[in-house]
Amino acid sequence: MSRRARLAFFAVAAAGLAVTLGVGLAGLPSFGSQLTAYARLLNELASPQRHVTDVVSAITFDYRGIDTLFEEFILLAAVAGISVLLRPLSDESRQLPEDKAPNRKIPPPSPAVWLLAVLLSSLLTLIGLETITHGVLTPGGGFQAGVILASAIYVIYLGTNYATVERFQPDPLLEASDGVGAFGYVVIGLLGLLAGDVFLSNVVGLGVTGNLIAGGTIPLLNLVVGVEVAGGFAILASEFLDQTAVIRTERR
Amino acid sequence: MSVLAYGVVAWLFLVGIYGVVTSRNLIHMVVCLSVAQSATDVLLLEIGYRTGGHAPVFVSLPTHPGPAVDAVMQALALTDVVVGAAVTALLLALVVQVHKRAGTLDPDALKATRE
Amino acid sequence: MSEAVIAVALVWVAASGTAVVLTRDPLRQAFVAGFFGLGLAFLYLSMQAGDVALSQIVVGAIALPLIVLLSLAKVRKGRE
Repeated sequence: MSRRARLAFFAVAAAGLAVTLGVGLAGLPSFGSQLTAYARLLNELASPQRHVTDVVSAITFDYRGIDTLFEEFILLAAVAGISVLLRPLSDESRQLPEDKAPNRKIPPPSPAVWLLAVLLSSLLTLIGLETITHGVLTPGGGFQAGVILASAIYVIYLGTNYATVERFQPDPLLEASDGVGAFGYVVIGLLGLLAGDVFLSNVVGLGVTGNLIAGGTIPLLNLVVGVEVAGGFAILASEFLDQTAVIRTERR
Repeated sequence: MSVLAYGVVAWLFLVGIYGVVTSRNLIHMVVCLSVAQSATDVLLLEIGYRTGGHAPVFVSLPTHPGPAVDAVMQALALTDVVVGAAVTALLLALVVQVHKRAGTLDPDALKATRE
Repeated sequence: MSEAVIAVALVWVAASGTAVVLTRDPLRQAFVAGFFGLGLAFLYLSMQAGDVALSQIVVGAIALPLIVLLSLAKVRKGRE
C-alpha cells in the first residue's frame, strides 16, 4: 500500500476513532465527581485492617496482590526477551575497547567526574533503600525504588569507563537477583497457602500503624519487588551497553 | 473542565497513533508509541480524581482533611508506568537488531523477505 | 485553585505530546520526550497521585532517555 493510500486510510479510521472516543468519554461521570463504592470502601478500611498509612501500597501488595504478581512477570518476560534479542549473533564477537589498540592506555577518568559519580551513586543507593523501606508509610515502594537502585549503577558508567562497570555489575549476580525477586514473591504468596488461608493472604503479624515494620507481608513484598525491578533494569542497561561498547561485527 | 480533561486523553492517543503511522524512523516510532501509552495512564487517574480530595495517605492529622482520591486507580497506573518502560526497551532492542540486519531504520524500506 | 493547576498541567502535556510526535530527529526527540515526562509528572502530582508521579519521574528521567540514547549510539556506530 503506497504511502498516500495509507495516510488516506488512516485519516478515515482516525475520524471514526475520534467520534467513538468522544461518545464514550462523554458518557463518563464529570471530572472530579463521586468516587466508586469500592474506592471509598478501601479508603475507609485499609488503614485499620492492614495497619498501614499508605493505602496505595496496601492495594498494590495486599488487596490486589495477584495483579502485581502478573505485572512483575511481565517485567521478567520483557527483560528475558531483551537478553535473548541482544545476545551476540553468530557473526559477532565481544571485544573490550582496550583490545582494539593494545599499545595505548585508556586515560583514566578525571578525578572530578569520578568523585561526582561516587557521590551520586552512594546517594542514589541510599535514596533507593529509603524508598523501599518507607513504602508502607508514604508514597514509594518496590517499583520506584528498584529503578532508583538500578540508576546507581548507570551513574558508575557515566563517570568511568566500561571496565569498571564490568567489575561492579557481575552478570550472574544481576540475573540471580532478578530471579530471586520474582520467585520470592511466589514464595511469600505460598506462605498464605501453608497457613491454611488463600494464596497471597496476609498471614504474618500486622504490627502497629505508623511503624516501619507494619502491615504483615507488605514490607516483605516491597523488598522482594524492589530487588527484582532493580535486577531487571540493571540487566536491561547492561545489555544495551554491551551492544554499544563491546559487541562488534566481524569483517567478512 | 471535563471536556478539557477527557479531550487531552483522546488527543494524546490520536497524536501518538498519527506519529506511528507517518514515521520515517523506527526509534521515532517507538517513542511515539510510548506517548500513546501514557494517554491510558492519564485516563485512569482522571477517573479516580475527586475535587477537593487529598492523596490517599492517612497519617494522623490534627483536623479532618476531607475526602481522599481513588487509590485503586493509582495502584493500577503505578505498575503500568514501570512495566511500560520495560516493554519500550524491548521494542528498542528489536529496532537495534533490525538495523543490523537490514542496514536501515526507515520502515518503508524494510522488506519482508531476505534479499 | 487546584482546578487551575490541573488545567495548566493538561495543556502542558497536550502541547509537549504533540511536540514529541512532530520532532522527527530521534536525538532531538529524546530531549522533548524528557520535557513531556516532566509534564506528565506534574499532572500526576497535581491530581494528588504521589506514587504514580514518583514512578513517572524515575522512569522518564532515568530509564527511558538511557535506552533511547544507547540505541541511537549503537545505530550510529553501525552506520559509520
